[in-house]
Amino acid sequence: MALLEAKHITKQFGGLTAVNDVSLTVEAGSIVSVIGPNGAGKTTFFNVLTGIYKPTKGTIIFDGKDITGLRPDQITALGICRTFQNIRLFNAMTVLENVLVGMHTRLHAGLWQILFGTPSVRAEERASLERARELLRFVNLDHQRNQLARNLPYGDQRRLEIARALASSPKLILLDEPTAGMNPQETAEATNLIRRLRDELGITVVLIEHDMRVVMTISERITVLDYGTKIAEGLPEEIRSNPRVIEAYLGKGAAAHGVERVEG
Amino acid sequence: MATDNRQVDQPASLWTQLRTMAGRGPAPYVLILAYAAIVSALLLVNPTTGLGTDMVVVLFLLLMFVIYRAPTILAFKLTLGTILLAVVMPVFGVLNPFYIDVVTKAGMFAALALGLNVVVGFAGLLDLGYVAFFAVGAYLWGIFSTPQISNIVSGMEPLHGSWFWLFLAIGLAVGAFFGVLLGLPVLRLRGDYLAIVTLGLGEVIRVLATNLDRPINITNGAQGIKDIGRPPLFIEPVFQAFGITISQVQEYRLYFYFLVLLVLALTVFVVHRLNNSRIGRAWTAIREDETAAIAMGIPLVRMKLLAFAVGASFAGTMGVIFSALQTFINPPTFDLLRSIGILSMVILGGMGSIPGTILGAVIVTLLDLQLLPRIASELAALQRRGVPIPAWFDPAQYQRLLFGLLLIIMMIFRPEGLLPEDRRRQELHHDEPEPAPVSKTVKPAAESAQSAEG
Repeated sequence: MALLEAKHITKQFGGLTAVNDVSLTVEAGSIVSVIGPNGAGKTTFFNVLTGIYKPTKGTIIFDGKDITGLRPDQITALGICRTFQNIRLFNAMTVLENVLVGMHTRLHAGLWQILFGTPSVRAEERASLERARELLRFVNLDHQRNQLARNLPYGDQRRLEIARALASSPKLILLDEPTAGMNPQETAEATNLIRRLRDELGITVVLIEHDMRVVMTISERITVLDYGTKIAEGLPEEIRSNPRVIEAYLGKGAAAHGVERVEG
Repeated sequence: MATDNRQVDQPASLWTQLRTMAGRGPAPYVLILAYAAIVSALLLVNPTTGLGTDMVVVLFLLLMFVIYRAPTILAFKLTLGTILLAVVMPVFGVLNPFYIDVVTKAGMFAALALGLNVVVGFAGLLDLGYVAFFAVGAYLWGIFSTPQISNIVSGMEPLHGSWFWLFLAIGLAVGAFFGVLLGLPVLRLRGDYLAIVTLGLGEVIRVLATNLDRPINITNGAQGIKDIGRPPLFIEPVFQAFGITISQVQEYRLYFYFLVLLVLALTVFVVHRLNNSRIGRAWTAIREDETAAIAMGIPLVRMKLLAFAVGASFAGTMGVIFSALQTFINPPTFDLLRSIGILSMVILGGMGSIPGTILGAVIVTLLDLQLLPRIASELAALQRRGVPIPAWFDPAQYQRLLFGLLLIIMMIFRPEGLLPEDRRRQELHHDEPEPAPVSKTVKPAAESAQSAEG
């Protein structure tokens, strides 16, 4: 069953077409990658999916509902959450508070309930603290929970972003370059974590990634964008040997001289 | 915790040694009680107006913060605080009316500053027109309790003073309504742009107050509204039971003192509750990174409007109280300088911090109403006695200058404010070693450090 269906998405900024007629279907429970050279429109595509930009054309169906043009918070409430390419944590909040913010759509305490401190609010706060710590344990950050987010090492910040996204109990998580700037060991750990998101939590994963080793090992399907247009889609092996993809990454000459593999 | 060990390793300075000694066992209780007893005795024995009493009043207010920070049990803090504020201060107020007026004003501005702190400190929305909501509340009661109302609704009599109670609540609602109304057009703005537009909107309210005297005379224009109604008194029997006779003026003074104290306490309670909830966390998230906040599912519009509404509602209520206290209001009371004044209280005390904001409000009000004028009058007295002070030198004229200097010095040496919110202190000094991890859910750093040492 398709969890996410983006149909003929076009996003224009004035005269610039950042995303041009891109369609993407993501099956529930799969791990899918979107790759492409810098400036190919991958992040813009993510921003359209999460409601930060409204598509110029096209529709997005998520979990059987048309979510085109909904606000980002409504889309998050329906079950899509994301991380950012250049980490965007709430720096002056603690690790634990960052995760609690991510839970916002799943908490229901209203203004008056909070002011009167009703038992339901207190129970909800206790439960959310418990859940936040559970998520922090999942990404192995529980020992850091009272640190300010800004003081975490880089790799930990990436994992905290994932924990924060998980806090909204998403069905689909969009990861924007989750291993950018990581050393090989950290990359291996991150790859493992992404796999656990699907295997242990049952969350469908779409990731933008530049590290081809990561892409080729964990993706079940790959979509390739170049200049805002989808140039290829398929299984990792197909993408690896697709001449148009090689051309997009390495130039026409490379494709002509029969370079067979795209390596990161 | 590892960070605690680092503190122990450092050679303890004399100050830390003293602090540790004063923070152990019964010592803090004895010290604070002695402090409270001495200050109270000084206030009650010699209630004359003068530089000496000024200093004692400052010590009295400082005592409040010593109690707040002291390593004692909560019940002790609450009991002592209540006795000092509800018994010592009012009795002193009956003996000397000047100071309790200043304290009442300080309380009023503290509540206003706390409201602004919700908008600026928590949600990070720089609002330079905050005094508009204060004006709305003040004019609300000012119009309804004076013959002005008959200009709007023909034949309607001014409301009796007992309506004041209801208008405290109406002021809250109208303040919140105006908060949303002025918040709507600025929703998409951030930072400097937001500040400029709110500044303009604040001025619009003041200009409206000046010009709405025709075609229908609603606000009585630049002349302002006088003879604003006051609530009926009811605490007289309490005094009679103790065999004390006080004048109506004195009674009103105490009445407003307690009312302001009550509203301030309520404000602290509300702001504290909100700050430690999902709403408070959403505000902080918006302040930190708006884009990330919406991506995490925070409804930006609703949360921003809520911040504006909550902040403005306190100002609305305080406006109602202010007009009844002064019995006279006019547009210049609500000018830009007043908004800046309230903002500087928040900045001086520590943005985002509740005790800091109160401290900031108390300091600025004391400086403005008491200390700087006092220095001026003392200098004038010296001058009369022949001390060669140039005649053009009048410190009261230099209030704004001194105040500006104070703020500049603050920004250089302690940009996070006097009693900052823990996380903001770290934000501005993140290159220095941190005292201890902080969180809303763990003990404050000072406490855990003490427990490690003691």
